[in-house]
Amino acid sequence: MNSNSFPAAPQDRGGPAQPLLIVRDLKKHFPVRGGLLTRKRQFVHAVDGVSFSVPKGKTLGIVGESGCGKSTTARLIARLMAADSGSMIFDGDGVEEYGGIHLKEFRRNLQMVFQDSYASLNPRLSITETIAYGPRIHGVPAAEANRLTRDMLARVGLEPDQFGARYPHELSGGQRQRVNIARALAFDPRMVILDEAVAALDKSVQAQVLNLLQELKDERQLTYLFISHDLHVVHYLSDHVMVMYLGEVVETGPVEDIYSQAAHPYTRALLSAVPSMDPDHRTQLPPLIGDPPNPIDLPGGCRFRGRCPHAYPVCETQTPPLMAVGVSPHHLVACHMNNTQSGHPNSSHEISA
Amino acid sequence: MNMVSLQDLTVAFCGNRTASALNQVSLELGEGEVLGLLGESGSGKSVTLRTLLRLYPERNTRISGHIRVDGRDVLALKGRDLELYRGGTVSMVFQEPGLAFDPVYTIGQQITEAIRVHEAIDEQAARRQALHMLDRVQIPQAERRYDAYPNELSGGMRQRAMIALALACKPKLLLADEPTTALDASVQIQILLLLRELQQETGMSVIFVTHDIGAAVEVADRIAVMYAGRIVEQGPVAQIVHQPRHPYTAGLLASSVGMENRGKPLLAVPGSPPDLACLPPGCSFAPRCASADEQCHRERPPVLNRGNESLACFHPVLPFPEAA
Repeated sequence: MNSNSFPAAPQDRGGPAQPLLIVRDLKKHFPVRGGLLTRKRQFVHAVDGVSFSVPKGKTLGIVGESGCGKSTTARLIARLMAADSGSMIFDGDGVEEYGGIHLKEFRRNLQMVFQDSYASLNPRLSITETIAYGPRIHGVPAAEANRLTRDMLARVGLEPDQFGARYPHELSGGQRQRVNIARALAFDPRMVILDEAVAALDKSVQAQVLNLLQELKDERQLTYLFISHDLHVVHYLSDHVMVMYLGEVVETGPVEDIYSQAAHPYTRALLSAVPSMDPDHRTQLPPLIGDPPNPIDLPGGCRFRGRCPHAYPVCETQTPPLMAVGVSPHHLVACHMNNTQSGHPNSSHEISA
Repeated sequence: MNMVSLQDLTVAFCGNRTASALNQVSLELGEGEVLGLLGESGSGKSVTLRTLLRLYPERNTRISGHIRVDGRDVLALKGRDLELYRGGTVSMVFQEPGLAFDPVYTIGQQITEAIRVHEAIDEQAARRQALHMLDRVQIPQAERRYDAYPNELSGGMRQRAMIALALACKPKLLLADEPTTALDASVQIQILLLLRELQQETGMSVIFVTHDIGAAVEVADRIAVMYAGRIVEQGPVAQIVHQPRHPYTAGLLASSVGMENRGKPLLAVPGSPPDLACLPPGCSFAPRCASADEQCHRERPPVLNRGNESLACFHPVLPFPEAA
């Protein structure tokens, strides 16, 4: 155990084959107040049994519509709220378990960048104070923290002398997001959760920030958990992709498999919901109708069946398990159509196709 | 005759500092035409729309130039004429439907109220019209949603209701201020298709503001690219997307993330837009432009018009062909 006040840089403990983060069966149900006459307590099933692992130095992209539980998953992993059940293993050590990694040490290894660059900065701290705050809390001496801050600011493309003394409201959206990235990286975390980190930025600024993220990842061997609803951006940055719908994982796999041979109808619909960029071939039919349903007290069966063009009675009675599809053992799909045993009339047809 | 005609429209906000939000913007929009107004935040897209609706207080806004909509001088409108103009002739869909609706009235009440301000009809007839509008924007169970408060609807539903409200009085011109930016991709495409369908049905003119070139391509006939309060390039959609002339447009297109540039660094436009309170004397894009020279920093490039295209640049990526 590290007993001196100056924390050592985080080290690789489990070796290259050990995934940096393993999440098992994460669950979070939020209670909601029912109507006046309903006595039954109802629950929003925000995250309902999510399991995945992120290999070292890779990027896992999580996609889905709003309300599918992507941000809740991120917050549960960062321990910004407590999960109802589930366990996490960070580089071989259980998080907050007996004999495992302590929360303070875990947080030092895992940092987060949020969507709203303004709301996530303290308006009363200058940029230098903001970035130096984390290292100071973890026991880095002031002079050392300031030096670190200047290096970080310069690295994310903000001149330390010009920007260090400014306050968040004096910066543009792109600059603020750079400050957030600098703050997250201020003391060498090994994993960064990017929760819609580029969604609120203009397209030209978004490209600058994406380039910066990619460079920093290569420089520092970072592992990213990248959450977004923009499929182009996820494709650009991720090595693995996980598609979520109403708190569940419906498809997961390597980025090439997901984008070239998507097997779940929901993934296919999401992929074709991207504007065409060709004025001669405009999109003619919306790939998905309606909004995602309310995730309160969901019935059994497949959760996507209400919006699925291939829904069949079996989708109502049985919940499809995550099963391997195609040649890659890492490409998993939860859909009856990819399971010949399920009894869905299209299942055999899909396999032959 | 053109539906909208802006001539040398200049808008400045005066406070502690004077910010020139629009600089000599000239724009023509035909009847039944859809114009996509493209640009970054702070480029003056929303200011153009709000000025068209006369939403800025006269006390601290300086407007010069001419605005004619449907043959009327908008800057001269007063009192009841202005009220009827807003909503009757021109209507607007805002970016944040959650903020644009009044939270203490139901969707139906708000649409009915708008109809009754513009038409002398009774409550029942207005209600029927409102229900019809909710149906037209494909809100399922319109009867039930009529009595829903804005917070009870999802983002996509709220934006549909906003469109229903905007179209309730059959405007000739619809101003859409980033109507899909706050929505999910799957819902965004639904709203874009809906707008396109309604435009074709009613034949209204639309100005569609966005910073997402993909969204503009889906709905617009023509695109105008704005930068720091000026229109730098205008042209048909296919021209802008396939053969941009202005370096800024080319930069925007190159920096958009697509399926083909995985693993490669993105060609981002370096730098950030200029401060509107102290614009450079020459081309406002010159500090970020790779092909800028001394002339660009010194002089403001004039707007050249050629057919249905226009361009303001000394060193375009693709110059206009020499007149034969």
